Amino acid sequence: MVPERGHYKIFLGMAAGVGKTYRMLQEGHAELENGRDVVIGLLETHGRAETAGLAEGLELVPRRRVEYREQQLQEMDLPAILRRRPEVCLVDELAHTNVPGVEHDKRYEDIEALLAAGVDVVSTVNVQHLESLNDRVAELTGVTVRETIPDGVLGRADEIVLIDVSPEALLDRLRAGKVYPAARIDAALNNFFRIENLAALRETALRQVAEEVEAKRIVTEHVGTRNELLSETAPQAVGERLMALVEPYPGAQRLVRRAWRSAQRLGSQLDVLWIQRPGQRLTVEQESSLAALRTLTSVLGANLLIEESDMLADTVARVATERGTTYILLGRSREPRGLARLRPPLPQQLMRRLPGVDVRIVADRALRHEPTP
Amino acid sequence: MIALLTLIAGAAGGLALGLVARPRRRATRRTSVEQPSATRQILLPFTGTTLSRRALDAAMRLAKVEGATLMPAFLATVPLHQSLESPLPKQCTIGMPLLEAIEQRAVREGVPVDARVERGRSYRHALSRLLEREQFDRVILSAADDPRSGLSGDDLLWAIDHADAEVMILRPAPQDTRVVSAGGLAGHF
Repeated sequence: MVPERGHYKIFLGMAAGVGKTYRMLQEGHAELENGRDVVIGLLETHGRAETAGLAEGLELVPRRRVEYREQQLQEMDLPAILRRRPEVCLVDELAHTNVPGVEHDKRYEDIEALLAAGVDVVSTVNVQHLESLNDRVAELTGVTVRETIPDGVLGRADEIVLIDVSPEALLDRLRAGKVYPAARIDAALNNFFRIENLAALRETALRQVAEEVEAKRIVTEHVGTRNELLSETAPQAVGERLMALVEPYPGAQRLVRRAWRSAQRLGSQLDVLWIQRPGQRLTVEQESSLAALRTLTSVLGANLLIEESDMLADTVARVATERGTTYILLGRSREPRGLARLRPPLPQQLMRRLPGVDVRIVADRALRHEPTP
Repeated sequence: MIALLTLIAGAAGGLALGLVARPRRRATRRTSVEQPSATRQILLPFTGTTLSRRALDAAMRLAKVEGATLMPAFLATVPLHQSLESPLPKQCTIGMPLLEAIEQRAVREGVPVDARVERGRSYRHALSRLLEREQFDRVILSAADDPRSGLSGDDLLWAIDHADAEVMILRPAPQDTRVVSAGGLAGHF
């Protein structure tokens, strides 16, 4: 029987010395007091007496020796932890690169193996190790971090806890010898541990956690509600996907801009769809509006789709289903003429054909009556 | 019978009057052709988070008088390491709300509006691409007080030399501190 994946908790910090390892060990003690079987898979004390002291009372799985280029190096003993099968395993510094020859290249891959075996893992990482932030951190601090992890590693965590201290407090700790041994303090203060670096890294860490929280919130809301309503034939979108229905006329740009803002807030893709009647010839003004729409969608990073059909609602429904659209925006329709008056309005036709897809009619805000005081 | 005769006489009279009047209308039309053609599209390029209120007021006034379409255009710059056709969402978060604010104001005042967005390696390059792509009858540019923002003095001179349209440059006045910004948007954008 495949065990249920373990719970993954990451303590994220802006730099060494903020207290991630300390908090990880506190978490271990709390779990132990709750009667759970806890081991330390890997601990980096960096010679800090307080950290080493806190590790007392927690079982430590000894590191294994690995020979590499005639040197004896030490690595986390993944096979031994898997044999030991604890309920909770504490693994420090998940961005670490393993010595060649062990099971995985990176420690976060070792952690994946533990999680897959049903072990809950508590781990630590600094924000500068995230791949997507590597360039930005180098630009901010002048230090290029070589050990990086894919951003998806954070995305797979069940909990991310930010360990935050002010740059001033961290510098005080550094000067007091609580972060590095005395011999390394001056070099650290002159290089990485400058207050402007720490302030920038702190902001980066705070933003990263805020984005993770936002991403998780959107996914949770989505899974809990909309998917239940989506028709069975519709592809299950990972997040929201918006579609704006346009015609080549100047007012369409306003609709596209509003749709784009909504897409931005939802962190989703935007498709812009125009259904052209078969054989329809465009006037010079329409050609110009279509060219402007092309440029606008391209600058915004949206996709302009042109379909030829005289079955408007059917074609929109087909394209929306193919694209996994969850949200359709359209402007106010023109007054129907002739037999078209007998048909239900387009929004109603779309709601009938696309159950579970939101349909929004975008108003012209310029025409809104301001409330009288 | 009398009624029928009256109708025929009336129709004949009307036809005769029409024939007489037609050359006069033609003459009027010929006269209008000889006059400068009516301005139809007024381009109002901008680059930042705000646009001089004076420039927008001038553009709106002209558009109303001339029955023209106002074409506010957001100019964005693409860094050299990116393709010229790259999406620019970050800059759009600045430009789109301002375009919306301009469009709302134009609609409220009954001025037809047709917005544009253009990219370039520099603001001048973006403006040049826009001028190449479309015909405008008039271009209204606002000279900024701050040389770091938007189109520089050289860019304005370049526009005078290269735009195939009447270029109107509004000088900044010391009291001209009013701007149009996304803060003036009606409702949630």
